[in-house]
Amino acid sequence: MVNIIWVFMFVFGLLFAAINGTMDEVNKVLFKSAQEAVVICIGLISILVFWLGLMNIAKTAGLLDKLTGLFRPVVSRIFPEVPKDHPAMGYILSNMVANLFGLGNAATPMGIKAMEEMKRLNNDRVEASRSMITFLAINTSSLTLIPTTVIAIRMNYESASPTEIVGTTIIATACSTISAILIDRYFYTRRVRKRRL
Amino acid sequence: MGIVTIISIWILPCLIGFVLVYATFKRVQTYEEFVEGGKEGFSIAISIIPYLVGMLVAISVFRASGAMDFLIQIIKPFLSAVGVPSEVVPLALIRPISGTGALAMTSDLIATHGPDSFIGRLASTMQGSTDTTLYILTVYFGAVGIRKMGDALKVGLLADLVGIISAVIVVILVF
Repeated sequence: MVNIIWVFMFVFGLLFAAINGTMDEVNKVLFKSAQEAVVICIGLISILVFWLGLMNIAKTAGLLDKLTGLFRPVVSRIFPEVPKDHPAMGYILSNMVANLFGLGNAATPMGIKAMEEMKRLNNDRVEASRSMITFLAINTSSLTLIPTTVIAIRMNYESASPTEIVGTTIIATACSTISAILIDRYFYTRRVRKRRL
Repeated sequence: MGIVTIISIWILPCLIGFVLVYATFKRVQTYEEFVEGGKEGFSIAISIIPYLVGMLVAISVFRASGAMDFLIQIIKPFLSAVGVPSEVVPLALIRPISGTGALAMTSDLIATHGPDSFIGRLASTMQGSTDTTLYILTVYFGAVGIRKMGDALKVGLLADLVGIISAVIVVILVF
């Protein structure tokens, strides 16, 4: 699926540029965007090093286990394949908490640690496991409570009430997160059924 | 506004302070643990590079060629039929693919229609309530070397669709 979408974006884009006469623009962005990607990754280094360092302290101090204990009933139902006391649980939860508070740059390192633990649970296979898909479904639907970037833009354009969209954002996020979990469940049962046939 | 700003300024420092003080009371070798944990960050960031380069180049070719605008024009009537105002259709379609593209489009919509207009509120809600699905999948799967995403992309995109439609409904109902 990814391969097809990836090739489609390239080939359709190139064909379109050929017909539309936008080949010049395509040439310009080709290497600019490659550079952009590297810059993003290099920028991630500082964030990853800092938060993974702090997370390691929290883990050794037993804070992650405390957090896991607090939310275990809910989260173990969403992730039935992750053992209740597995470190993956702690990382999944801290990723969700960081997302909720809009700490995007703290959420990514914790999420990556969660993915590492889930990969270990899946015997280091290169395919995505059920828990990984659920985890990313929740992440892509975004769990924000306070959309800080949007509030900043609204302030820039002199909104009378920059934060009035917080409520609608929370409701819309809740809808998309809940449906992400449900859609994920549906695809999971479909996979299981296919395997049985 | 006041409370939200105060919370977002204080939350990070408080979190860091709490972790450090708590760990010190638990007799954790804080500095050594920090360095030990941080070491991994470097290799993770480097391992994401090829995944992100591949994805971002494809997306930018798709956008710069005008192919994306073309597709948006085709899909527009379908989304409009579901009740999505035509002004925000491009934003709805770009949101899961390109984070910077969506952010630019949101600013543009807010600038043209005003932050307190229906379109301005809707764009704000849409921008805040979903995330860049393709980027998240690329970074997370890339970091741990997963090449077969399974159903993750389908699930993510379908959830985005629900998010967009619920944003439209909620904004109509609330304002």
